[in-house]
Amino acid sequence: MQALYAQLLVGLINGSFYALLSLGLAVIFGMLNIINFAHGALYMMGAFTAYFLLHLTGLGYWWALIIAPIVVGIFGMILERTMLQWLAGLDHLYGLLLTFGIALIVQGVFQNYFGSSGLPYAIPDYPEIGGFRGLQGGMNLGFMFLPIYRGWVVIFSLVVCLATWFLIEKTQLGAYLRAATENPTLVRAFGINVPRMITLTYGLGVGLAALAGVLSAPINQVRPLMGADLIIVVFAVVVIGGMGSIMGSIITGFALGVIEGLTKYFYPEASNTVVFVLMVLVLLVKPTGLTGRAA
Amino acid sequence: MPDLKMAEAANKPAGAEVLSVSDLQAWYGESHILHGINFNVKAGEVVTLLGRNGAGKTTTLKSVMGIIGKRTGSIRFNGQDITRASSDRIARQGIAFCPEERGIFASLDVRENLLLPPVVRSGGLSLDQIFELFPNLKERLGSQGTKLSGGEQQMLAIARILRTGARFLMLDEPTEGLAPVIIQQIGHTIARLKSEGFTILLVEQNFRFASTVADRYYIVEHGKVIDGFANSELSANMDKLHTYLGV
Repeated sequence: MQALYAQLLVGLINGSFYALLSLGLAVIFGMLNIINFAHGALYMMGAFTAYFLLHLTGLGYWWALIIAPIVVGIFGMILERTMLQWLAGLDHLYGLLLTFGIALIVQGVFQNYFGSSGLPYAIPDYPEIGGFRGLQGGMNLGFMFLPIYRGWVVIFSLVVCLATWFLIEKTQLGAYLRAATENPTLVRAFGINVPRMITLTYGLGVGLAALAGVLSAPINQVRPLMGADLIIVVFAVVVIGGMGSIMGSIITGFALGVIEGLTKYFYPEASNTVVFVLMVLVLLVKPTGLTGRAA
Repeated sequence: MPDLKMAEAANKPAGAEVLSVSDLQAWYGESHILHGINFNVKAGEVVTLLGRNGAGKTTTLKSVMGIIGKRTGSIRFNGQDITRASSDRIARQGIAFCPEERGIFASLDVRENLLLPPVVRSGGLSLDQIFELFPNLKERLGSQGTKLSGGEQQMLAIARILRTGARFLMLDEPTEGLAPVIIQQIGHTIARLKSEGFTILLVEQNFRFASTVADRYYIVEHGKVIDGFANSELSANMDKLHTYLGV
């Protein structure tokens, strides 16, 4: 039974990364109509930014959680301003190819300097509260042993996802975003600077990827190809959830992580393919995804 | 009755020229649509562009609003050249646009649709004032915008630009596809806005409706203004008008 709970926890953690990344992809697709294949590379850049902050400036994990999304978000906004904005109104294929090319270049540069092996990034050991040193160690829940850092990743990801959902679905800024997704020309004619909003939205989506990268660094190490390994599964998650759906991305991300975890327990041979099998089934039955709109 | 007295809000003295369009040319891609449009609108007036389908009336409004990418000539609003300004800057100068297709957002409820256009200057209508003008909207605040009837959607499309404080309204075929009783209500609203000092540029194919609210008319044909006259000269121009509009 302990093994089942452990796999469920692993599933929830993977689900956290899937949710954060697919949420960013959904936000970007909704607003820019771009299938952002660079997302995995930007996730990797988030992890590397945390690594650089620690080793070059001494700023640790908690600072990285704030600084890395901002730094990578700004990098993303520069990409949007200099390249992606010229693809507005063109077929999705152009955006996909351009961002795929960007991903290859970014990964290639990091691979050139850091090779393919992982760089260690420690779980933070501060602040000390009670008997706990930062997020290190674990606690016995009776039915399983819970590493604190992993519990933190799940809860923090969930909070960030729900905050993003709230921002987009329940605030005036979110109303601008949703309206601009439908009819950017009219929203601009109301006096809203839509091009600037698009740039900021891309920065937000990319920032979420970078945040996932920082969360992932202590668990998966920091590797140039860490995003490339993950992004294929994340795209399957996005296809299942439906492109452009915010809550769909969050729920599908967590749910597929759990399904993957359960498959590892009940039928490990299928654990790497279960997400893709589900994707095929969803595409056959509902091509726009479980909660999505037509691309 | 809602208090719509906002004369202090960027109002030009009655009769002063608010919008002046000269030799306006516009293109959709390779298609040359406007071939030199000339007209003006004075403060407090309701000016109507009349013309057949495809004459260039809507394109004229969109060009003034900065929505048409390729345009030349001169568009001056309150003395400022806005010919090459982006549409968001034009809106912030105090021009509000109500498009032909109404532009109600399906992903927003009625309240969100109503609050969407930002306030560009003080003096716009409050929500209470809007609900006094359009009581139906108050009852439907939580509904999805596109679930409203055609008439309610048109009211919503007009209501949301009244919040912004813009004093120059461009309404593109506000009566299209609506029942006579709704058309009458929209006519009353336009007359009311005019009496409160709003300046309105209207595009209409429904000449009978336009004649109840307009001060002046311009006839648009093949991307040009080919004639213009005041409402007081209407009866003298009826034969010409029937020829222009084919009615």
